[in-house]
Amino acid sequence: MSEKKMIDVYIFGKKYTVPSTLTIMDSMEYAGYQLTKGCGCRSGFCGACSTIYRVKGDKELKIALACQTKVEDGMYFTQLPFFPGEKPLYDIDKFKPTMDTMAQFYPEIYKCIGCNSCTNGCPQDLNVMQYIAHAQRGEFEKCAHGSFDCVSCGICASRCPAGITHYNVALLARRLTGKYIVPKTEHLKDRVAEIAAGKHDKSLKEVMDKNVEELKELYNSRDISK
Amino acid sequence: MYTAEMRELSKKVEETRSQRIGINFPRMSPEGKIDVLNENHPDYSDKGFMYLKHGVNKGNRVPNELGVLLEGKSKLENFQINLDKIDYDTDILIIGGGGAGAAAALEAHNRGAKVLIATKLRFGDANTMMAEGGIQAADKPNDSPAKHYLDVMGGGHYTNVPELASTLVKDAPSAIKWLDDLGVMFDKENDGTMITNHGGGTSRKRMHSAADYSGAEIMRVMRDEVRNKEIEVLEFSPVIELLLDTDGKAAGAIICDLETKRNFVVRAKTVIMATGGAGRLHYQGFPTSNHYGATADGLVMGYRVGAELAFADTIQYHPTGVAYPSQIFGALVTEKVRSLGATPLNIHGEQFVYHLETRDVEASAIIKECNIKGNGIPTPSGGYGVWLDTPLIEMIHGEGTIEKKLPAMMRMYLKFGLDMRKKPILVYPTLHYQNGGLLIDKNGQTKIKNLYVAGECAGGIHGTNRLMGNSLLDIIVFGRRAGIHAGENFKDIKIKDLTFDHVKKYHKDLKNNGVESREFSPMILPTYNHGREK
Repeated sequence: MSEKKMIDVYIFGKKYTVPSTLTIMDSMEYAGYQLTKGCGCRSGFCGACSTIYRVKGDKELKIALACQTKVEDGMYFTQLPFFPGEKPLYDIDKFKPTMDTMAQFYPEIYKCIGCNSCTNGCPQDLNVMQYIAHAQRGEFEKCAHGSFDCVSCGICASRCPAGITHYNVALLARRLTGKYIVPKTEHLKDRVAEIAAGKHDKSLKEVMDKNVEELKELYNSRDISK
Repeated sequence: MYTAEMRELSKKVEETRSQRIGINFPRMSPEGKIDVLNENHPDYSDKGFMYLKHGVNKGNRVPNELGVLLEGKSKLENFQINLDKIDYDTDILIIGGGGAGAAAALEAHNRGAKVLIATKLRFGDANTMMAEGGIQAADKPNDSPAKHYLDVMGGGHYTNVPELASTLVKDAPSAIKWLDDLGVMFDKENDGTMITNHGGGTSRKRMHSAADYSGAEIMRVMRDEVRNKEIEVLEFSPVIELLLDTDGKAAGAIICDLETKRNFVVRAKTVIMATGGAGRLHYQGFPTSNHYGATADGLVMGYRVGAELAFADTIQYHPTGVAYPSQIFGALVTEKVRSLGATPLNIHGEQFVYHLETRDVEASAIIKECNIKGNGIPTPSGGYGVWLDTPLIEMIHGEGTIEKKLPAMMRMYLKFGLDMRKKPILVYPTLHYQNGGLLIDKNGQTKIKNLYVAGECAGGIHGTNRLMGNSLLDIIVFGRRAGIHAGENFKDIKIKDLTFDHVKKYHKDLKNNGVESREFSPMILPTYNHGREK
């Protein structure tokens, strides 16, 4: 790191001086913590590292992913191991999407007061309130696409006055979309049936029976589609 | 944001772009590949490796960092525990809550087994979640399992166990169908046709994806399904040692609560090890694209009960890890970026390797360009990288392609002030995958009775090098197979008394073989200090 400018941050209320180039997560490790919770993929995919912070002099409490956010001078932060979120049980094979599906499993979405706290909190910049509106109207496919990049960190739910667990609502919408709304894949069905009927056994065995030299020759001269 | 110097250097990329676009850089010859691997690939030199003095693979080569753990001391040394007091009694214990563990759990549960998942971090916090590019399966009319097989074998340098490679490709379409039926949102055309792309070393476009959240989408759907089935999951509960019964069959494990440090005894008729890879051991000082928990625990515990390692000395360095900015150093830049047309360039803005060679060859070529030819672009942290010309993607496929097909990548860079749609990104190889692992058969069984392994922890499927998209595939194929096989056979298993005598024997053997262990293993979690003085 070229510019190792040091700044002060407050971890669980205690002051530590850390390089300004670090993420929140790295700064905890720099301070000497070995993380056991609130740490996962370290790349912004898993949503494990939701962190509440405030910057000295500012009253607003903010939430961010610790692995994707750089430290700031005077930052106070505390990590959350997880958000407890409601998830009803369902058998995806036993029902098809209808207007009533969401009301059945997540009736609280109709209590949304439009405060937009969910959207404001989302570290993925998703329009959370909008995808919940789609779910309310039974527009599952729109909800699915609007929520596709969700990492289920739970920040939205932590801020919702109506008690909505947005990320779980979205997950159901996506599964219904994938399973029932998007057309089925005919070539996939056909290939699975062909394999079950043994249609590919012979060609597979032929290539399996080759010795390494023969395989090499076959491999190096195989045609590669554009 | 790039530094002024980097901004200046990036202009070279723009200058040469018009001469490069539409021109295909030649693929490397078979001989050229061998040369570049021998000269540059970290696996092809003995530096960084040691030879095991102990255990089933005595005399075999493994990375130093892994060897130290394989020859480490058990945390059960001097351990007093009453194995008659069973804390959890289950039919099938699954160790690890990633894709392979979840797939195994669902199939075993469907066959009536009582399943317990013990996972080190949260359920779903695993490399699966971070797999971006896609999952292979030969389900298009111009493709076939035989073609897929040939690609797998060629990619693996013909070292793969043929039975495992053929099982992988033959089960692939049904694995995709299984996921599709669970409601995984694969990228499809309007008529339901799967949108498929090339990956390095594929002869057909057979890479299925869900934008660049492919693994995350698969994992969150499987996790939801495990929760729907009310399968018990113990989170923040790593396994620290396997237990055998007095017949030498796998019969449970000791798990540790990460927070309270309390240990618990699990008795199980069958154990499925799905602990993932080893990237966080940072072999040879490389950065890694891996999950925080990827510390080779399964290899260590499996080896300790006598399961055999295969190809444990072959590591996959993903050619494109983030070289800059430092906050995400080593994070993955999915191969999909290259399969959409981005090409690697040196400091002069010249392409030096075809952009879709197999990963080992591509990574070696980048290492050569930086370390031997001196054509790398210096980064502020003292390292080097090469450009990956991402704006090319928008020029080839149209504006908006990156936002649509690579949202995760774009977001990751934007958070640190870099717009990959407009500027090239800087990449360098990153430790990505453990090609080898504990040797399995086609149902995921090891030679230790009732011990199964699935996912990255398993060895033999990919030989000495894995192709993109075959890891997401193998966790589903072999996770399901292990779950099915265990789920069909658990009823006939009778467990004798539990024992960890194998641990005592292990320690004795270490001593007899002249190994003086200083480390306890498995590691469980890595330690980082980010430049702080120790």
